Amino acid sequence: MLFTVIFYTSLFVFLLGLIYKVSTWFSLEIGVASKNFTISERISAAARGILGVIFSPKILILVKVFILDVVLQRRILKEDFLRWIMHMLIFTGFMMLLLMHAFDSFITTPLFDEYYSTLNPFLFLRNFFGIMVLAGLMIAVYRRFILKVPRLRTSPMDYYAIIILTVIMISGILLEGIKITSYTEFRNMVKNYSALDEEEEILALEKLWVKDFGLVSPNVKDPIDPTIIPLSKELHNMHCADCHSSTEWAIIGYPAARLLKPIALRLDRLGCVNAFWYIHFLACFIGLAYLPFSKMFHVIASPVSLLANAVMDKDKSFPANIATRQAMELDACTHCGTCSLTCSVAVAFDKTGNLNILPSEKLVFLKTYASGKDLKKNELKAIQEGIYLCTNCDRCTVVCPVGINLRELWFNVREDLIQKGNPIPLVLSPFSFYRGLNQQKLESDNYSNPISIIKDAIADKCELMKNPDEVISLTPINKKFKEKVDLSYQATTYSCCFSCQNCSTVCPVVGNYENPQEALGLLPHQIMRSVGLGLKDLAFGSKMLWDCVTCYQCQEHCPQGVKVTDILYELKNLAIKESFNNE
Amino acid sequence: MNKMIKYALFLGCNIPARVQQYETSARSVLGRLDVDIKDIKEFNCCGYPLRNSDFKTFVLFSARNLALAEKLGLNIITLCKCCYGSLKMAKHHMKKNSFLKDEVNETLAKEELEYNGNLEIKHFLSALYSDIGINTLKEKITSNFKNLKIAVHHGCHALRPSNIMQFDDPIAPVIFDQLVELTGAKSIDWSLKLECCGAPVLGINDDLSMNLTKRKLIDGKQAGADYLCTACPWCHLQFDSVQKMMLEQRRLNNHLPAILFPQLLGLAMGIDKQTLGINMNQINIGELKIEN
Repeated sequence: MLFTVIFYTSLFVFLLGLIYKVSTWFSLEIGVASKNFTISERISAAARGILGVIFSPKILILVKVFILDVVLQRRILKEDFLRWIMHMLIFTGFMMLLLMHAFDSFITTPLFDEYYSTLNPFLFLRNFFGIMVLAGLMIAVYRRFILKVPRLRTSPMDYYAIIILTVIMISGILLEGIKITSYTEFRNMVKNYSALDEEEEILALEKLWVKDFGLVSPNVKDPIDPTIIPLSKELHNMHCADCHSSTEWAIIGYPAARLLKPIALRLDRLGCVNAFWYIHFLACFIGLAYLPFSKMFHVIASPVSLLANAVMDKDKSFPANIATRQAMELDACTHCGTCSLTCSVAVAFDKTGNLNILPSEKLVFLKTYASGKDLKKNELKAIQEGIYLCTNCDRCTVVCPVGINLRELWFNVREDLIQKGNPIPLVLSPFSFYRGLNQQKLESDNYSNPISIIKDAIADKCELMKNPDEVISLTPINKKFKEKVDLSYQATTYSCCFSCQNCSTVCPVVGNYENPQEALGLLPHQIMRSVGLGLKDLAFGSKMLWDCVTCYQCQEHCPQGVKVTDILYELKNLAIKESFNNE
Repeated sequence: MNKMIKYALFLGCNIPARVQQYETSARSVLGRLDVDIKDIKEFNCCGYPLRNSDFKTFVLFSARNLALAEKLGLNIITLCKCCYGSLKMAKHHMKKNSFLKDEVNETLAKEELEYNGNLEIKHFLSALYSDIGINTLKEKITSNFKNLKIAVHHGCHALRPSNIMQFDDPIAPVIFDQLVELTGAKSIDWSLKLECCGAPVLGINDDLSMNLTKRKLIDGKQAGADYLCTACPWCHLQFDSVQKMMLEQRRLNNHLPAILFPQLLGLAMGIDKQTLGINMNQINIGELKIEN
């Protein structure tokens, strides 16, 4: 009764969770791309999309992807053999246990007339699948905690997944082991399933079970008189053998029974069979009820992601479906870290410690962010750096084992995150190239906002630039500032500048404007002199600094050997550092 | 050639994502020349986009790549001029500043990597010109372009600063022109030949970026070029995708299609258009007249 109540409760929670999670796929707004659709538009677009695929040749693609990527997990195999083995062991083992063992009354019994969980091949297979899962779990623990796969971060969700599976497996094995040894179980079986009622006969049977089946009985002491065995065997064949294969076929339950033998009687008296039974079932039910809210939800979302991405196309699919897919993809992520391992800029995390640089961790962030969490100032800064410090090399998208289209996800979320009105220094770097290249896909009204905000923010800190008429006092020179221009060994060459203006003459940026000073502020030669004079505001405040194309014409043509371009680079570094890093 | 030339191919970030035809064409050309190419999966970004904001992280990025190739005893060949420039620049700085090198190695040590500077960095063009050699190339060329005028676009970061890059003469470079002329095409003189393509400020100052591109395109066209020839993904994207955008936005009236150098060379070697990814260029480059 209790069992049934708990089972249906957890099933109910699971189903509610499932409905809730799937509903978030249609309601969560991710980035800028999802803002234009209502929930009902998204649901109807999804229905049309799914039906459109099912009744088209694309269904063949789905079948292919289902076999190769969902069942055989080809994408994991491509990246890492050990991980593939690990995942296949857990996945196949657990699925088989679920179908054959947990759902035996729905699946195995109707399929096989001869099914008894204590009969071979079922007895053996259950143990075999159990060993598969255990071996997979051991590899998982090995990878995370001993091998320490680079950039594989372990979050509470990863601990939970490993722990719940381990508890289910270990309790199951111990339950089987203890049942094998249990005298109470033996007596109950004899009472309920055999016609034996004479104590002598029962004892004879008991002796065989102690000898061959791992039973631990208070009545039977070694050594067993061999003359009684023929009778025992006869009784066994008559009353037990139809439903019981040799317990030795329980290739992991039986060793567990042998291990428990010294304390088996005590455990039996304490009612441990029941206790482990409850632990095993409760763990399974907790796992079931919590599944939609845990990492394990990927068993549902990841195949959906793989299938959806196989047939969807950014340019051809309904935009509403892209929004839905991106919400779903957050659930599909298993936090496996493959993206971070292959990420082109992950080295920056080693240097800066900003976790948001790693794609796998950006996804963790997005999960909470999408659910409407407000960001603190420093959190916003960190995620903005993380999302912008990306070369859009697509490697994460190519390797993702569950086929998440991270490229589109980043592009979409990036735009949302950089339009928050605060200055983002990285916008003034070639990381912006990709955004410029794709500007036609962005809303043109606020496209240039992030660029002007950061340029203004830097200029705003340069008082002298704001008052062009102010008389500059040349003493005392800002020596501190001059000393800072030393990132590269050659930076101090600015002191050799004699303002011949060669640099500004050959500069293609200067040459682009009719009135360059109006457009750019100070020109390269003037910036060199400003550094020489310790005039920080003038050196930092010129638009020239950010419009420099780094073509090195100036440096190449300087008769004095001033490393003009390199110094401009250093000034950019310094301006960003001084303006923002102390905030 | 007695000894097989072997390089670690450094693709960078743009090529695998946006200019795949550069990779396929370069690989097929190098394959025809019996060059042995090793791919190092662990390569990361060269660090170029970080130079504006964080010099030391930029050096670390480059150094990690160099250390990876060094570990295998390989020299690096790059297809991108900005990757070439960055790797060379980082190598130079670490040579001049041992503190910087030590600091970098301290971080690299976490991955059991070490940078010592015992490797060479080649750009695709310089590898063809100096390692493989004009004569070997000549043997592999099966057809000649007739009456084809090419404006070679150099790409700044390979050429300058010349004391560090050591790529070619910074004032009167010849390597690219000679390589192009191997195919029978004529490398024309044009005044903005050595100027920037505009890509470094795209997304930062689009008007400036596109103006620089426009000036070069008009200048090349006026000098009589049929095609602009590139050997860098940034420059190529600028003259291909961005030019297309400029045409759509009516910032530009006449177009001058861009062709990647290995595409041009590959056609002259008789490699099929499919492999060279001719159709992947955004601006259709049409039929090039080839005579056997």
